[in-house]
Amino acid sequence: MSRAQPEEPTGGGWTGTIRNQIAGRLPLEELLPTRQPDYVRSWVYLFGAITIAALIWVMASGVVLAFFGPQWWHRSSIGRFFNSLHFWGVQVFFVFLVLHLWTQFWAAGWRDGRGPTWVIGVVAFLTSIVAAFTGYVSQQNFDAQWIAVNAKDAINATGLGAIFNPLNFGQAYGIHIMLLPVVVVLLVAIHIALVRMKGVVRPIGAPAPGVSGAATDDTEASA
Amino acid sequence: MSTMDKATYYRDIRMVPFDLVKELVLASAGVLIVVVVLAAVLSSPDVPPVTIARWATADPVDFVTTAASELAGSSTSADYGPPYNNNEGSVQTLWFLKPQSWAGVHTAVDPSNQFVVEPLQQAAVGNAALTAALSTFQSASSDQQTSWLDAYSKALADAKVDNGQVTVAVGDYGPVPVLMNNLLGLARSGGLDGLLLASDRFFATDYTRSLLFMGDGGYLEGLAKEQKLTGNQWGMMHETGRYPGQAWLWLYTLGYQIPPFNQGHGFLGINSGNADLAITVMMTLLTLILVLLPFIPGLRDIPRWIPIHRLIWRRYYSDLKDGQRAATAKPHDSV
Amino acid sequence: MDSPAPYFHWGFILFSVPNLVVTGLMLAFFGVALIAPFPTRHGTKSKKQNQ
Repeated sequence: MSRAQPEEPTGGGWTGTIRNQIAGRLPLEELLPTRQPDYVRSWVYLFGAITIAALIWVMASGVVLAFFGPQWWHRSSIGRFFNSLHFWGVQVFFVFLVLHLWTQFWAAGWRDGRGPTWVIGVVAFLTSIVAAFTGYVSQQNFDAQWIAVNAKDAINATGLGAIFNPLNFGQAYGIHIMLLPVVVVLLVAIHIALVRMKGVVRPIGAPAPGVSGAATDDTEASA
Repeated sequence: MSTMDKATYYRDIRMVPFDLVKELVLASAGVLIVVVVLAAVLSSPDVPPVTIARWATADPVDFVTTAASELAGSSTSADYGPPYNNNEGSVQTLWFLKPQSWAGVHTAVDPSNQFVVEPLQQAAVGNAALTAALSTFQSASSDQQTSWLDAYSKALADAKVDNGQVTVAVGDYGPVPVLMNNLLGLARSGGLDGLLLASDRFFATDYTRSLLFMGDGGYLEGLAKEQKLTGNQWGMMHETGRYPGQAWLWLYTLGYQIPPFNQGHGFLGINSGNADLAITVMMTLLTLILVLLPFIPGLRDIPRWIPIHRLIWRRYYSDLKDGQRAATAKPHDSV
Repeated sequence: MDSPAPYFHWGFILFSVPNLVVTGLMLAFFGVALIAPFPTRHGTKSKKQNQ
């Protein structure tokens, strides 16, 4: 695989440095490759893609719900439908996110320098849990009331009540529709970029890269 | 890893055409079909919220009992502690950890005044009997107020509801029954819902007062119990109606169902009294382990010991074995 | 769908049937994805090297 040489390998100032770094680390042919190792042809490799697909529909339905405001879906059948898309999208998202996590655990996907990819992925999972929680307390129904009342004690017990009050709808809603979606999407984007930069990890016990015969039989994260 | 490194990394690996964009588009289309069908057929949960008006109408005695405890300063919220006030009723500590106290008061709540006295003052305009009762109550000594409220709260155990009013046996309650029945009327009319939400800033999105007030009563929790939503019913994972809930919280929820977190006497300073803090600390540690798993010897080796990867890459291993057999077989063939 | 869900109660375990359905589906997806053969296009199909 050959890589196009940047025009100004040493010049270009800060802009040129950043461009060369990006081009060096993640050229387009790596971001959108047309060939993959033969061993990725297993259904378990689809879980990540399905998670991203679910996130796309969660975001899309969320944009519609946010546009029409938090009361809309309780009164309009179209609104209720979009809320249902959002609800089931979240269920599909978490189901496949966890399946992807299981797959990457059993495949020890963190090997050969892929530790940061795993770390970012788990942090994206945790952020999604917080995003879901703020969504549940933003529903403006009995569920939201009870979850807020019930959850406040755990939040207060940890001292987080000083900065986050789940009984304050405005705060939870703002965090849910603005802050956390941006963070989740950013983390997922970094996660995907890392996956594409490093490529899909070799099977456990495969001969060491480029050296026939010598087996790499460890599951360490570093190369 | 640069491109050259990747070429080396995959040198002995068979590469095949793979259309990532097509995969994502097909996955998106598939997920869209699934969520559209689920949304159209099953809809989504939306049990209407409880209002203070509904609470006061459905269970007036519970409402008045809760309101009396708010006025007396003996409710859960009044005694809560940070972030609402400086009391200690709901403050949790674990060993040297006192994060709730360290964080301090950030959402000041004064249930006696904010939930009862101030709404009554606003409702007292043009209501001579209520104005007089409020004045009598506020000018009485604190001991006298406590005595009236204690007696009234005890009498509420045998209270009767008559024509939208809560009546108790005759006793020395001072102006308390007038205050409480006025608050009940205000609540049933929906006025208290508005007054608890009202602020001098006109716009309102903060339901802290209404929700703390309702949370202090038994009505809201009773409805939650019916739907198996309370903490010791694995409620965090459950959802209203016949819908799946936040199943991903199973481990966090499990904590509340097992010793020492659900025991009064507990173990190593962990008990039901500080379960929220102890379980959060435990979950934080477990979460850190999950995040840092690739760097923890032993844990990161589990996938090698339990060879589920043999299934994922079974074709690769089979080809590899065949290739090795072929490589070792050749010299023998030539002999 | 808004009527209370049936629950599976075993000792201290209390799971709603909808949650069990979702969890069961997850396990099923994982098992099937591990075992089911991935469709391979003719020509790119893996061939035993020593045959």
